[in-house]
Amino acid sequence: MGNEQSIEHMSDVMSRFTSYIGKRLPTDVKKKQAELRKKEKNPMAIEIYDTMAENQEAADKLDRPSCQDTGVIQYFLKVGAKFPLIGELEEILRAATLGATERGPLRHNAVETFDEKNTGTNTGSNIPWLDWEILPNEDTAEIEVYMAGGGCTLPGHAKVLMPGQGYEGVADFVFDVITSRGVNACPPLLVGVGVSTSVETAARLSKKAILRPVDTSNPNANAALMEELLEEGLNEVGIGPQGLTGDNTVMGVNIESSARHPSTIGVAVSTGCWAHRRGTIKFNADLSYEIISHEGVTL
Amino acid sequence: MKKILTTPITDEALADLNVGDIVYLTGHLVTCRDVAHRRLIELKQQLPVDVRGGAIFHAGPIVREKDDGSFEMVSIGPTTSMRMEKFERQFIEETGVKMIIGKGGMGEETAAGCLENNAVHAVFPGGCAVVAATKVEAIEAAEWRDLGMPETLWVNRVKEFGPLIISIDTKGNNIFEENKKTFNERKGAILERIHEKVKFIK
Repeated sequence: MGNEQSIEHMSDVMSRFTSYIGKRLPTDVKKKQAELRKKEKNPMAIEIYDTMAENQEAADKLDRPSCQDTGVIQYFLKVGAKFPLIGELEEILRAATLGATERGPLRHNAVETFDEKNTGTNTGSNIPWLDWEILPNEDTAEIEVYMAGGGCTLPGHAKVLMPGQGYEGVADFVFDVITSRGVNACPPLLVGVGVSTSVETAARLSKKAILRPVDTSNPNANAALMEELLEEGLNEVGIGPQGLTGDNTVMGVNIESSARHPSTIGVAVSTGCWAHRRGTIKFNADLSYEIISHEGVTL
Repeated sequence: MKKILTTPITDEALADLNVGDIVYLTGHLVTCRDVAHRRLIELKQQLPVDVRGGAIFHAGPIVREKDDGSFEMVSIGPTTSMRMEKFERQFIEETGVKMIIGKGGMGEETAAGCLENNAVHAVFPGGCAVVAATKVEAIEAAEWRDLGMPETLWVNRVKEFGPLIISIDTKGNNIFEENKKTFNERKGAILERIHEKVKFIK
């Protein structure tokens, strides 16, 4: 393939993939919801879980976005410095967003800040949002597409605690965010917690945390324990699907962390709604690709 | 048996509804969210659709415009109702709307507005936008299109639109406010237990 053909090919794959993830949930999320439905005993909660399942079937059958809020498109990139199209990725993902907007169709969600004009294309200043991680000696590109609605973005919160508040303060913060603001965010939620040094490092990690599959654990034993305690504890609060009470609150709690300054504990929470629309695709240098998040997909 | 409300909704139809009841709606349902509320209340602009006795939906749908200029409803789920809390009491008062449909709870002011004007707030399960779209028979009008797709007032003719879970009834009961109290009560004891196990700083 020539360079232009390569760009066109990758744009087309990414456009189809972006559109696809708005319609079908990732395999881990689907599995988790079936589990939660099975455990549920509250009749209103069961009715809601069943409507959710009916909705996913209808979205699949009618080939439509499962939630009307298809978000402002975000791409999280782990790109090898030797990936042949590294310099063209921004252009490729912009084209992919435009393509998915027509193909989906996606709701027009990009509003130019301060000008307060909807661009009508889902592209705009710095949108689609690109979060870059460069891997020095690789030639592959792993791209995560994330489509978050306004509802599950609204609870987002970050704060810097004093060391005296300790990890106890981290737990308090997570509970406060979820019980006060998570109710409206379409639970059962996937809760992402970043524990780090400052607001922006914690916030970025909290987002990375909800990109991690639902049933994975942090490799650090203390962090994994905290994930477990927070998950059990939040479930015990019993917020239930749509915040209308039930036997559970969350699909899971994922924590990501970095080393921190001794005087600060930065903590942030990001939430993913039950309709957690994320997808992972990995390209090789020859642009052959593999879809990691969804089993049995043909684009 | 399904309880079905039809627009225009009468006071009698709402009188015996309680929080937690599940109902369906047949008739007209108009999408109405942040900017429409702001325009009516703050900017004193008249709403371009008469919703007296009607129902509004806190929702910004995906709509496909066909070649003949007509519209197809693709996907329409509820948005967070709490965003409209600032305006809703006055909105109910001024427009005479009887049913507000959205997602999540609304606050004390909206509950007061429902009590004063015999109106209700109901929840349609969030994220279930395709189920909702299949209950839309037609889009009959689109007003304030300058606001863009999510904020346009889409006038939908709907059939047995639901499930709608009553979250604020005409007596002013508010299921989410009650739940919030329960959640906060439970939280304290759970956190105390967690604190003991996460004293990693020693």
